[in-house]
Amino acid sequence: MSSTPTIPPIPASPGPADSPAVAQPPITRRVKQRLTSRGATIAAIIIAIVWTIPTLGLLISSFRPEENIQRNGWWNVLSDFEFTLDNYADVLVSGGSQSPNLGQYFVNSLAIVIPATLIPLVIAAMAAYMFAWGKFRGKDTMFVFIFALQIIPLQMALIPLLKLFVNLQIGDFQLLPSGSYAQLWIAHTIFALPLAIFLLHNFIAEIPGEVIEAARVDGAGHATIFWRIIIPLSVPALASYGIFQFLWVWNDLLVALVFSGGTGDVAPITQRLAELTGTRGGEWHRLTAGAFVSMIVPLLVFFGLQRYFVRGLLAGGLKG
Amino acid sequence: MATIRTKKALLPIAALSVLTLALSACGGGAADDSEGGGNEPAADCAAYDTYGTFEDTEVSVYATIVDTEAELLENSWADFSECTGVEVVYEGSKEFETQIGVRSQAGNPPDIAIFPQPGLLAAEVAGGNVLPAPSEVEALVDENWSEDWKGYGTVDDVFYGAPMLANIKGYVWYDPAVFTEMGWEIPETLDEMMTLTEDIAADGTMKPWCAGFESGEATGWPGTDWVEDYVLRQAGPEVYDQWVNHEIPFNDPQIAEAFDSVGEILKSEEFVNGGIGDVRSILSTPFADAGQPVLDGTCAMHHQASFQAANWPEGTTVAEDGDVWAFMTPGVEAGSSAVTGGGEIIGAYADRPEVVAFQTFMASGEFANARVSQGSGISANLALDPSVATSDLDRQSIELLQSEDTVFRFDASDLMPGAVGANSFWSGIVEWINGTETEEVLDTIEGTWPQ
Repeated sequence: MSSTPTIPPIPASPGPADSPAVAQPPITRRVKQRLTSRGATIAAIIIAIVWTIPTLGLLISSFRPEENIQRNGWWNVLSDFEFTLDNYADVLVSGGSQSPNLGQYFVNSLAIVIPATLIPLVIAAMAAYMFAWGKFRGKDTMFVFIFALQIIPLQMALIPLLKLFVNLQIGDFQLLPSGSYAQLWIAHTIFALPLAIFLLHNFIAEIPGEVIEAARVDGAGHATIFWRIIIPLSVPALASYGIFQFLWVWNDLLVALVFSGGTGDVAPITQRLAELTGTRGGEWHRLTAGAFVSMIVPLLVFFGLQRYFVRGLLAGGLKG
Repeated sequence: MATIRTKKALLPIAALSVLTLALSACGGGAADDSEGGGNEPAADCAAYDTYGTFEDTEVSVYATIVDTEAELLENSWADFSECTGVEVVYEGSKEFETQIGVRSQAGNPPDIAIFPQPGLLAAEVAGGNVLPAPSEVEALVDENWSEDWKGYGTVDDVFYGAPMLANIKGYVWYDPAVFTEMGWEIPETLDEMMTLTEDIAADGTMKPWCAGFESGEATGWPGTDWVEDYVLRQAGPEVYDQWVNHEIPFNDPQIAEAFDSVGEILKSEEFVNGGIGDVRSILSTPFADAGQPVLDGTCAMHHQASFQAANWPEGTTVAEDGDVWAFMTPGVEAGSSAVTGGGEIIGAYADRPEVVAFQTFMASGEFANARVSQGSGISANLALDPSVATSDLDRQSIELLQSEDTVFRFDASDLMPGAVGANSFWSGIVEWINGTETEEVLDTIEGTWPQ
């Protein structure tokens, strides 16, 4: 450990935001020392191994023949050395309208998850900015109200929301026909906003007031401040919330069940996974392969963006 | 820093592989679709004239049936669809039981729902959403089904829907070669079955029974099937009906007797759980896997419904001289034929002409024959010709369902209120296998019966 891994500065951020990398407060240093001791490293490795074992089992199972999976557990793989790609072939390329065909649902999932992440992110960032730096009457009350919305379980809103979608029509023309992506985007956006606004507000409110005042003096309006200052400075927070929302929507089953309709036109991959085992649950060897196919995207997103993720999570805590 | 660099290098590779996976999957699907469309033989439409034609109409169907079996279902109405012009949009979901309530409450129900339990149909009827069956359907059901079966689609004397398919519970699966080799005879009465169990245990080559009750949140249901079979056989159909309708309490001595008789087998270390473990391993073994030891020769018998035929690994022959075969759990006396089973009821939420036509078709003999001839499915429709069945077991099951001597009773847990049938009865079985006394378990279940 010759060079301590410092958090690299954000390229677009001017001045004060860089301070944590320059001078570390004593608490951070002490925490870091404690965490880099040999005992802690060993403990971390052991925990990591233990946590990875189920995934390893899943991976091994996904390559075992159906018969072996049903007969014994994946740990027997050493005595029962036999591998096959049949499970993957079964879930990915089998024919017929009702067989797994995960590819189609995979595309649906992407079509759902990308807008359902971007839309709430944009709205929440704007709302968070106005709550943090805007001046209007009833601001605090409204913010508390939005914050309080988080305690309402989304299950309570499912039926009323679906009712609303069904009744939203002009004459006989259904604005949001059942089983359309739009229903899912709107539903996910609605359910995501309270937490998104709250988290982003906390981050955006921490931005030093001098930066914003200076911009105002130079004649910047709300739009300029938002796009040129707030957004570049909040990248870690936006990214970490974006990852949260992405993973949540990708793994969501409940909202999809209610709003998507289960046909291959709209339904996401989670919905297909839930049916993979067949009418009587006998085909569960497919689940292992199907689970891995659906895990690839969250893993990519996580590994690709994890540095933002960690920074975004730490940002609030360390500055506090 | 090294780790970060490796990750960066891996990323494009991983992304590429995802893309390839997704693309190849799409390609495969599309190719299959076009093939299916091109090679379809022209259907003989004469049989479908009675339903009329409805060009450019759509009927949405929602059910619990997914995957392979859903495909068989779709195939069986393909001709109807082609001849009448009704496009049937099928959606299968294992979350049907909860989602149907959500959808109908929100005003977004499917046109047709296929209910796996009469109790669920009754609940939806109580919600005021399911429409009474059209007269054409009722006429067909009067003609083609027994009184019992019509009753399962009837709520408060109003008839709502025709039964679709059926399954028979209470089969005991065994390996015929092993039975011949060891000189074991198929039991004719419950007592003989007990004697056979003792003989097999005494012989020591294998445990007589293997069982598995694990089924996710529904763990325990295969155990209710055991008990129901014994109640129907030992106490008779009248007591069975009283039990289902709560005219006798759940902890009635006659029910306790059935539990105890099942317990003599399932709660005995000597008799279970062949090839798997001890008594408790029943609860942790998935019901679909529990029969495997019969093929391995580590257990002699496995009690499971007719659909167990689909649970055997691919390539297993189900025949009297094949790898596995089944006999019906015998009655108290030889020759009695009481069976429990299940089936689906077709309910409608819309009465557009094309929906009525589809509903009528689903109640007809044409549908039953078209579906059963594709295998792994049976029906109690009297207009069904047993010879179209693809396996001996299906044929035998259909004949049993159609026979006038058969006393058929719907799976009790499907008829009881959800709080019992889909809840405390299942969890009660789990506790019971875990060692709780029969009396205590029955008292607990009785206590959960909605007043």
